[in-house]
Amino acid sequence: MTGRNELYQEMILHHNKAPRNFGALEDADRKSDGHNPLCGDHLTVWLKLDGDKVADVRFEGSGCAISTASASVMTDAVKGRSTAEIEKLFRSFHALVTGQPAPDEDLDLGKLEVFSGVSEFPARVKCASLAWHTLQAALHGDAEPVSTE
Amino acid sequence: MNAGTRTSTETPAYDLEAVRHDFPGLHQKVHGEPLAYLDNAATAQKPSAVIEAVRGHYERDAANVHRGVHTLSQRATQAYEDARGQIQRFVNAAESREIVFVRGATEAVNLIAQSYARPRLRPGDEVLISWLEHHSNIVPWQMVCEQTGAALKVAPIDDAGAVDMEVFERLLSERTKVVAVAHVSNALGTVNPLARMVELARGVGAVVLADGAQAAPHLPIDVRALGVDFYAISGHKMYGPTGIGALYGRAALLEAMPPWQGGGDMIRSVSFEKTLYHELPWKFEAGTPNIAGTIGLGAAAEYLQHLGLEAIGAHEHRVLAHAQARLAEIPQVREIGTVPGKAAVLSFVLDGVHPHDAGTILDQHGIAVRTGHHCAEPVMQRFGVPATIRASFGLYNTVAETDRLAAGVQAVLEVFGA
Repeated sequence: MTGRNELYQEMILHHNKAPRNFGALEDADRKSDGHNPLCGDHLTVWLKLDGDKVADVRFEGSGCAISTASASVMTDAVKGRSTAEIEKLFRSFHALVTGQPAPDEDLDLGKLEVFSGVSEFPARVKCASLAWHTLQAALHGDAEPVSTE
Repeated sequence: MNAGTRTSTETPAYDLEAVRHDFPGLHQKVHGEPLAYLDNAATAQKPSAVIEAVRGHYERDAANVHRGVHTLSQRATQAYEDARGQIQRFVNAAESREIVFVRGATEAVNLIAQSYARPRLRPGDEVLISWLEHHSNIVPWQMVCEQTGAALKVAPIDDAGAVDMEVFERLLSERTKVVAVAHVSNALGTVNPLARMVELARGVGAVVLADGAQAAPHLPIDVRALGVDFYAISGHKMYGPTGIGALYGRAALLEAMPPWQGGGDMIRSVSFEKTLYHELPWKFEAGTPNIAGTIGLGAAAEYLQHLGLEAIGAHEHRVLAHAQARLAEIPQVREIGTVPGKAAVLSFVLDGVHPHDAGTILDQHGIAVRTGHHCAEPVMQRFGVPATIRASFGLYNTVAETDRLAAGVQAVLEVFGA
């Protein structure tokens, strides 16, 4: 039974149970919907921009523990950051969960490191990245819902 | 094929140990635990008899069928057509030419939708399906309705997961040209009252296609007793290879249908002015077929008949009943699909845990289940869940494996503190 505890870290379970920044953002500038048809996971990400920076971000939806915790940790991680910083963060996060070498050695992923166990579970990579794809769509102002299939 | 021998005078002896010995895939460890394979409704493990039949073709008889005068081709043709006879006996069709080999049940439904229904449907006509259907028995009908202007009608299901037969009957009218229903639901295990559905459909002059992909591994099929016009089966769900299935069709209906695909083997003669099509069943088998798969499918049908579908069903129901009882002891479990006499499918959700998380943790305990919408999204919507955990049992599963499932579910709940 190797790997189980590596995936379901305490912090992931905690963010799943009590997600941060959960619920609609009333005065949002941007909104995007994401969907993982394989799991039936749905989530919505709202953004409030301040120039190029994300002033506030919230999400809502239903999904597995990995997708909910990933969205929760992501919202904390990107708040106050610029679009370019978020792109860099996502590239590194994506490399982390797919088991690729880090594209940016100096970048500190902070709490996002808790998702490193996902790389052992290829079927769950989409769960971990759904929130990020949805966030990107919101940043780019895409109208179409995001699908990870 | 040396398992579960029985004589006509005694109660069928079901030698589970011998049966398990027939399946090499069962005897492996997953994450350090013995594999408990409970995902049979997705695909079943293969007995040595099937593996050897496929291997035998490739090792000794690898030649094309219906073409060569040489020995290998004749042997391949013989084995291929023998498989047709095996499937004919498996579904109790009157003639072997009523069996058409296809890629799977999905292709069988598409063939009927395009070759039978499409030329006949007119605007105002209706196709009736049920709420239980797999996407493969929904989408082909949506497509043909779009092509012809016919309307798709859906008979609802009740809270247990049974088709509401009053509404089913009300939805039938002289406008109904085709009724397409699952014999057994893949997501819930519900066994539809197929003979009754056929009787009602007959009353309005509609033809009936049954999707038997989930029925073939669990119960005896008798297309003549059921009275169905078309019946689709899938090889890999009944312990045969993937990429092969069979369509049963009443000869008179198949005769009247145009070919679905054009190519080699389905023609009698070709010139640029006129092509004459082959007779049944080859009219519907364009191109070099999946020869090895077909031979493997025949071996699977023979294996199932050798064990006896009644004996298999009785064994699976014992395993299902035990699993239901064990899961019922866990308050966080809600079973989805509770029609009495259902096939060995146990779909459930857990309070506070998403099915995908449960599936990953069960896998870590060596337990293979399916989690998701099971290609039956309308069923999920009907029960208000995005997905379920589905344990589906086969002829080789044991009561002890259902104990492990219950223990695995407890472990899932522990991880999540649910």
